[in-house]
Amino acid sequence: METSLPTHSDNHAAHHGPAKGIKRWLFTTNHKDIGTLYLWFAFIMFLTGGAMAMVIRAELFQPGLQIVEPHFFNQMTTVHGLIMVFGAVMPAFTGLANWLIPLMIGAPDMALPRMNNLSFWILPFAFLILLMSLFMEGGGPAFGWTFYAPLSTTYSGDSTALFVFSVHIMGISSIMGAINVIVTIFNMRAPGMTWMKLPLFVWTWFITAYLLIAVMPVLAGAVTMVLTDKYFGTSFFSAAGGGDPVLFQHIFWFFGHPEVYIMILPAFGIISAIVPTFSRKKLFGYSSMVYATASIAFLSFIVWAHHMFTTGMPVAAELFFMYCTMLISVPTGVKVFNWVATMWRGSISFEVPMMFAIAFIILFTFGGFSGLMLAITPVDFQYHDTYFVVAHFHYVLVTGAIFSLIAATYYWLPKWTGVMYDNKLAKWHFWCSLISVNVLFFPMHFVGLAGMPRRIPDYSIQFADWNQIISLGGFAFGLSQLIFLALLIKACRKKGEPVPAKVWDGAEGLEWDLPSPTPYHTFSTPPKIK
Amino acid sequence: MTDHNEKYYVPEQSPWPIVGAIAFFLIAVGAGNLVAQISQSGTGGWGRYVLYTGIALIIFMLFGWFRDQIKESTTGMHNHQLGVSYRQGMSWFIFSEVMFFAAFFGALFYTRTISVPWLAGAGNNAMTAAVLWPNFEAIWPLTTTPSGQTTEAMGYQGLPLINTLILLVSSITVHFAHTGLELNKRGQLKVMLAITVLLGCIFLALQVMEYIHAYRDLDLRLDSGVYGNTFYLLTGFHGLHVFLGTVFLFIMLLRIFAGHFDSSNHFAFQAASWYWHFVDVVWLCLFIFVYIL
Repeated sequence: METSLPTHSDNHAAHHGPAKGIKRWLFTTNHKDIGTLYLWFAFIMFLTGGAMAMVIRAELFQPGLQIVEPHFFNQMTTVHGLIMVFGAVMPAFTGLANWLIPLMIGAPDMALPRMNNLSFWILPFAFLILLMSLFMEGGGPAFGWTFYAPLSTTYSGDSTALFVFSVHIMGISSIMGAINVIVTIFNMRAPGMTWMKLPLFVWTWFITAYLLIAVMPVLAGAVTMVLTDKYFGTSFFSAAGGGDPVLFQHIFWFFGHPEVYIMILPAFGIISAIVPTFSRKKLFGYSSMVYATASIAFLSFIVWAHHMFTTGMPVAAELFFMYCTMLISVPTGVKVFNWVATMWRGSISFEVPMMFAIAFIILFTFGGFSGLMLAITPVDFQYHDTYFVVAHFHYVLVTGAIFSLIAATYYWLPKWTGVMYDNKLAKWHFWCSLISVNVLFFPMHFVGLAGMPRRIPDYSIQFADWNQIISLGGFAFGLSQLIFLALLIKACRKKGEPVPAKVWDGAEGLEWDLPSPTPYHTFSTPPKIK
Repeated sequence: MTDHNEKYYVPEQSPWPIVGAIAFFLIAVGAGNLVAQISQSGTGGWGRYVLYTGIALIIFMLFGWFRDQIKESTTGMHNHQLGVSYRQGMSWFIFSEVMFFAAFFGALFYTRTISVPWLAGAGNNAMTAAVLWPNFEAIWPLTTTPSGQTTEAMGYQGLPLINTLILLVSSITVHFAHTGLELNKRGQLKVMLAITVLLGCIFLALQVMEYIHAYRDLDLRLDSGVYGNTFYLLTGFHGLHVFLGTVFLFIMLLRIFAGHFDSSNHFAFQAASWYWHFVDVVWLCLFIFVYIL
């Protein structure tokens, strides 16, 4: 889309720079500052959760118990999951939303900037509480990130109340963030930025925000019932009082399945921005992408019980959830098809964001296929709670969501900092990550199909060879992310070649018309969009 | 999207969000500690003081934040677009509240139609019922739990019915307060809003009486099996929302006496009235599904 930008003298009112010192970050209402805070917080959480994964892989390097107690192992799997879902992936996408949505739709800032600050700053406190609880007597949460009753009620430790309240705060943060995004997109689009001109990242976040507002309160309800069951004598999840532990799973997965799409829809938006740029073609099938995203969001509400096939639901319910789940592969297939069709006969160049995007398309699709296998009810009876499930969701979340986040960082980082990242380090980061992540997660399929259960610190001796390879892959993947850390520090200290406004010659969108680095305030008067 | 936003308004930096974040932290740590200590020893330790500090801080934060906000609004710094953002934000917030209640209604429907009948042997659960609790009968309200705990059911006549009428009337009065504001009839606005606040207080008082009646006469307690659980969590969270809504409306009343709002500029009042209508609709669902059916 062609744009004509206002000249700089037009918007002198908002043209003061950032405040000095720590106040800038504590009191900020600037979407770029808050986006940066979110992204760094998410990255620190990613390394923290990653360190916990290293503990898990070290313990699983050989059968028997070597390094940690089983109870501590359970805390590691639990907090690793919670941190990666709520502390790394979700805040990272919110950070990107903060940085990019106002730039992409020609808005001066998010619609509700002060609430934006609040929704970020409660997040570090929530994770402080969660991490503090690890040091309590009796340890932190050890019931898995899904906190199934009765593990989280009858059999949980004293830190459960802290866990519940920290999840409440994470939920409040997500809801406020989502309200901000959705109102920004509804109300702050520049004149002429009609719905079907929105970049797909904006579209996917719009639908994600709707999912967040719909399901995070349900999670709040679930943890509240866990709290009252544990501490106030209710029996929602206890058959003796007329409740049912399976009720917990229904409520949790009614949140949990849309949550899966919350973590992947913005990734679809990112890939839909990167692939056309480096293929030097328009995105194939823009409107079908929008409808596919909406269809996935709708379907995500009626598939939750595919996580519960082994709980003994009536057969009719199992079939319903099986078919609905398989139906999701149709809109997802549309997306993958469109990305490939975009590349078809494009003049493709392989810059690092594009390399991560292509890795995403292949490996996410791979994770989608193992998801289809898991969707088949009778087959799932065998796969349930094995490493096959672990392999599946790590393919869609690590090589899916995390790879898209890394791709997005490489794609927009020069725009944010004004300098090109260190391309050599970036290529090292890509190849080390790509190889190690497959060494890490691919063999999990084999041990899973052979029957190795998840969330157990010990295993039968025949799984030892593959587990050693998996652990080595894990350590290598963990170390590879330190390359990324070094690269990010270097870029943030503005070491590198200055870049022009349009960093990538094939890029389209309002953000590429702004100077690099982007000024502190942008679009103080709305741009004209033709 | 129209010509209203020729010039954007971007608010200044504010210290209040970070104060709110610290308050949330104190509330969570305090409440987490208090709850765990009460379940262990029956009394709270230091947790309660942290909790109280957090609550005090959040009230302080709300006063400070809204004072700044009102000052900016009355000095004409807000534009039409910001008003639209606020209204849309409030609508989505209410939608999130609807989903919060949906979780508890979902639990109610599940236990009524699935878990309680299954425990009595419905579907393919005949053996489970025979082995675990052979004498258990599936009835709703669940006055005898599988483990044998008994309680009495709360009827819909009496206090709940009166409370329904009170909330319905209050929804009408708040509507007339709103039309009074829009037509610039300040007298009608003040009277109708004051009546609404009063009705909210009466509702809360009657609900306290109802709880006392339930505990003392019916032995219907929070821990009386899923009937008591769903009853207290649904009516309790609703009551909390009525309380917050009443406080919200009361502050609006104070602001109206202070001369705030006019027929075109009254987002806070509108938000309070939307919130009140939402609370009313939740109560109607409660009255049907918790009390009558």
